[in-house]
Amino acid sequence: MMDLDWQRIAVIIALALMTVLARSFFLFSGKAWSLPHWAQRGLQYAPIAALAAVVVPEVVTVQGHLVDTWRDARLYAAAVGVAFFFWRRDVLITVLGGMAVYLPLHLGLGW
Amino acid sequence: MFFRRANFSHPEFQVGMRDFQRLAPGIAAWGLMTGVAMVKSGLGVVESLLMAVLVFAGSAQLAATPLIIAGAPVWVILATGFCVNLRFVVFSLHLRPYLAHLPLWERVGHGYFTADLSYVLFTRRFARPATEPAGRQAQEAYLAGNDLVNWGAWVGSSVIGVVLANFIPQAWGLGFAGILCLIGILSSLATTRMRVVSATIAGAVGVVAYALPLKLNILVAIAVAVILCLGLERLPLARPSRAVP
Repeated sequence: MMDLDWQRIAVIIALALMTVLARSFFLFSGKAWSLPHWAQRGLQYAPIAALAAVVVPEVVTVQGHLVDTWRDARLYAAAVGVAFFFWRRDVLITVLGGMAVYLPLHLGLGW
Repeated sequence: MFFRRANFSHPEFQVGMRDFQRLAPGIAAWGLMTGVAMVKSGLGVVESLLMAVLVFAGSAQLAATPLIIAGAPVWVILATGFCVNLRFVVFSLHLRPYLAHLPLWERVGHGYFTADLSYVLFTRRFARPATEPAGRQAQEAYLAGNDLVNWGAWVGSSVIGVVLANFIPQAWGLGFAGILCLIGILSSLATTRMRVVSATIAGAVGVVAYALPLKLNILVAIAVAVILCLGLERLPLARPSRAVP
């Protein structure tokens, strides 16, 4: 029916182990221990940094170069998505609002 | 976990399931969206289903998907997934006293199945870990009830999303819904001024360093943002008392 890419499947299984590692990080050891202070502070900043590092290039670059046109649906959809989030504090509304801008621009105008 | 009789026959298990049911539609919508976005970004059906069932962490799945498609090296994909999941490390520290009396595999199992919303519900209902066996059993049963509904809503809706995606033309660009999901989560994490600084630095470095091979721009961006923020927070301007509420 379909060709399975075993390398990708191995990556997915390893990603699942990353979920186990993160969710059970302090549950593996029977002894009580804690992270050093600097690492606990770093935990404050790493998740949002990781998301921004993935998301921002996906919105503002085309094949590795900064977009050089304003006629790009992603820019407006992302901006509207952020605005929707801070209006309603809801991720689903963020997606629906962003797509409501993205689809007409992308399909209608070809941006 | 939810398949242990001592948990699923306990009255608190029902309470945990009922409490989570009110949140299940939100989880289901998010699972549906993630399922569609993974397939429309280029993952295969089996790959997307395995992601939903095994990885069981929407934001990590969506962040890893473009890296897998781009053929990034495994360690970059895993490090990115782990960084996106770092909030769970903090949750596990909080859950530890509630679960420390259990054997290893049960502690780790509970940790794996406890995602954002079940963590929030559980710690809201039980502000303190129980100290005697009956109380511990009740707390464990409640958590198991939460986790079962959460897992069912997530996996069920992801499967529907993956199947639906096959009927939607690629040209619609629905893969962008995944990026919008990540934008929503990113915004929800922007609770302090320093976190906004972290996101700004990481976003800028991610773009500037885009030319680096192996998608290393992502790891470089995370490292630069975290190190700069750890340095900047020592400045008086960035004291926690000045943080945005």
